[in-house]
Amino acid sequence: MRFFPHTPADIREMLEACGAATLDDLYSDVPESLRLRRAYDLPASLSEPEVREWFEATASKCSPLVCFAGAGAYDHYCPAVIDAITSRSEYLTAYTPYQPEISQGTLQYIFEYQSMMASLTGLDVCNASMYDGATATAEAMIMAVNAAKRKRRVLVSSTINPEVAQVIGTYARYQGIAVEMIPQKDGVTDRAELELMLGAGDVAGVIASTPNYYGILEDFTGWADLIHKAKALFIINSPALPLAVIKPQGEWGADIAVGDAQTLGMPLSYGGPYLGYMVAAKSLMRKLPGRIVGATTDEKGQRVFVLTLQAREQHIRREKATSNICSNQGLMTLRAGMYLSLMGADGLREVNRLSTDCAHELARRLEATGKMRLSHPAQPFLNEFKMTVADPLTTADILDALRREGILGGVAIDEREMIIACTETRTPAQMDKYVSTVKNL
Amino acid sequence: MNRSLYSKLIFEHSRSGRRGTDLPRRPWADAMLHLPAALMRGEAPALPEVDEPTVARHYTNQSTNNFGVDTGFYPLGSCTMKYNPKLSDALAADPVISRLHPAQPASTVQSALEIYWTLQRALSEIGGMEEFTLNPFAGAHGELTGLMVIHAYHDSREDYARTRVIVPDSAHGTNPASAHVAGYEVVEVKSLPDGTVDVDDLRSKLDATIAAVMMTNPNTVGMFEKNIPEIAEMVHAAGALLYYDGANLNPMLGVARPGDMGFDVMHINLHKTFSTPHGGGGPGAGPVGVRKGLEEFLPVPRVVKNSDGSFDVIDRCDSSLGRVSAWFGNYTVFIRALAYILSLGAEGVAKVGPLATLNANYVMNALKDLYLLPIPGPCKHEFVFDGLIDKSGGVTTLNVAKRLLDLGFHAPTIYFPLLFHESLMIEPTETESRETLDAFIAAMRQIAGEAAENPEFVKSAPHDTPVVHPDDTQAALTPKLTYKDLQDGI
Repeated sequence: MRFFPHTPADIREMLEACGAATLDDLYSDVPESLRLRRAYDLPASLSEPEVREWFEATASKCSPLVCFAGAGAYDHYCPAVIDAITSRSEYLTAYTPYQPEISQGTLQYIFEYQSMMASLTGLDVCNASMYDGATATAEAMIMAVNAAKRKRRVLVSSTINPEVAQVIGTYARYQGIAVEMIPQKDGVTDRAELELMLGAGDVAGVIASTPNYYGILEDFTGWADLIHKAKALFIINSPALPLAVIKPQGEWGADIAVGDAQTLGMPLSYGGPYLGYMVAAKSLMRKLPGRIVGATTDEKGQRVFVLTLQAREQHIRREKATSNICSNQGLMTLRAGMYLSLMGADGLREVNRLSTDCAHELARRLEATGKMRLSHPAQPFLNEFKMTVADPLTTADILDALRREGILGGVAIDEREMIIACTETRTPAQMDKYVSTVKNL
Repeated sequence: MNRSLYSKLIFEHSRSGRRGTDLPRRPWADAMLHLPAALMRGEAPALPEVDEPTVARHYTNQSTNNFGVDTGFYPLGSCTMKYNPKLSDALAADPVISRLHPAQPASTVQSALEIYWTLQRALSEIGGMEEFTLNPFAGAHGELTGLMVIHAYHDSREDYARTRVIVPDSAHGTNPASAHVAGYEVVEVKSLPDGTVDVDDLRSKLDATIAAVMMTNPNTVGMFEKNIPEIAEMVHAAGALLYYDGANLNPMLGVARPGDMGFDVMHINLHKTFSTPHGGGGPGAGPVGVRKGLEEFLPVPRVVKNSDGSFDVIDRCDSSLGRVSAWFGNYTVFIRALAYILSLGAEGVAKVGPLATLNANYVMNALKDLYLLPIPGPCKHEFVFDGLIDKSGGVTTLNVAKRLLDLGFHAPTIYFPLLFHESLMIEPTETESRETLDAFIAAMRQIAGEAAENPEFVKSAPHDTPVVHPDDTQAALTPKLTYKDLQDGI
């Protein structure tokens, strides 16, 4: 077996050194009744070419579609240099950087990532990653409840991605947190309802998103004052890439910025690995979950990086820790940091513009077919938008027809409504095919 | 390596006007012009402006300051730092899979679902469980998900009095932390001098308020909990469920299955036992398995096989604990783990445990005359020394760990478990050769000799690493967490 260096002589001599006759002797403390005295019901071992064959044969059972779907995961281009660097085994096969003397590579890229995300969100302190945007939002909710001591209500806008809402709901259910959904009006959070709900008291936090699930940019003017007056924390969930062009969480006066950073150099990969980010105001620094890297100096006077503020974490505080998170999405922060470096502020603006232009053009041309219309024509959007399908067509009719043409046309919300997303990787020819397919229905 | 040349931050390579990427040209009108200014960003984010060669060189040079499993021996206890096969990396980068959107209809992603399902079945066979969810992102996330399964189970029986979870004092820190996040109060159970759980103490704490008992087997001192059949019986008799922390599953491969030991719910760290890379702190994966009767409580989305052989996704299920991830978890990690299992096959998987245990016992036996072994073996995959036997020179476990870095080895896990003052926890894994183990043994013996003859030299280690003695206190007292903090001098 290619992963085991042991020769029969090695095994014999090493057993001898241990005072054992057989490998079985090393398990004399395992009761016989528990021993697995049969072979595993698994296939026989395969050579490298055979494993490749298995995966190639399996992968051939599906072909990728031209992606006009978003709903939290977007088909942006990932520069090749990101794959090349992140596959370096010095990064890929290292553990959490507990030994700073031989982990400066990991520590430095996390520090760079923290710096870039702080600037992108307009907030102060970023941790070394959460699992995904959904769990990051759930952890932010827990932070808000912990900060508010005895208050147990958390208000969540109903325009947030439903998967994110479900993860929030799951975490809340077991923590005894009461999550209440804020109603929506014309595709955005209903501010009057928010005020009423805040007025009822006992609110620890308010969670909203922009661009929201429908791709619409929400206007949070005045929200921070309202929420802070109620002594609650304001949490805004945004996909990372649009933050380069929209008003970021910090500028809205939010206390915690969370979201998914899949858009910063991570392929779709059927849902993962992605990257949850969390950035908070400095006042919440010691309440953040997860790992944080800080700069310091070493004995030679060099600037170096270490894991810091560890008194918050599970390996020190156990049940009193701010979170149970241990392994996170470390390597994905390298992807995000590289992506942000390669793009720079100008590149990010351009990639947002290309995606937005594509979406607006597609929306305009789809409306012209008469088969669907923008559900909320007065609301501003970037690269994702919600369409209402004209009677008697259903979203299934549209999506099935597009699928037959090799196009993933979007994500259905129900029989009438669907969301469609564009990125800089969509071409005019792909758009033509999308539009003509819908037109011919 | 010239550190002053290569220790810059990426920001310090920035020059106004440089770009590291070119984007396609499209014929579409500028739609951003018409968006309301009040919703748009005022100032551009402070990001570096760098070209692609600079980015490639910067991150390549930084990587040489890192130590991975491919660099050298990584005996980090409880972390199972085994070799990560390169074929797995190649397959995980499959261009078809990498373009699949997680919201695609099941009919268009049959292969992705087949990979998920095949791994789920293999883990169920290896764990002795009925079904696994692969959705949890990491070991601690698996623990949390598993405890939520248990919560949902008790809730379904309207048994709301069970508000507490029992955790041994030797448990990984994630156990009590996960129990807390799952909404439980933590009750600690003592260990006996031999490192195993005190069954009498456990019995005295089991009552109708206990939802679950979390166990690691072998435990964190590398001992098999041989009373596990009796413990399982007690726990079940009290109406609680038994949870298996799979962080230490490696030595059990080919030997015994958690399901057969009486565990009801378990997680597996694919980045430990099933060879997927740790990535400097993730992405890993923490699949959760359940015994028959608990499947309905697993999180959604759930992948199922239809009677016609096709695969489907269940997105809604009333009895499910809910959703713990937006999609299906760290998907490409599953590809790597499955490639590893297919490579090893039934016979190879069964050899992992015994060879890992052999390596651990070999190292333990070769060092126990110089390092204090508080719990005599045989150990399983790992063991714990309580520092040097001869402590007269004042050399601590931290000093030994730092001196190992000089000698080309990653440090073992130190000051964990909390049962001993000078814990030095060593886990060699089965992918290390006898020569590597011999070299490590020689280094550890050399350090013991130095500790006796020239203790100051060991105490001032490391001497030969890129950085030496970083000031942790300064880092925590005046936190500098971003480049801006450094520039502001705060």
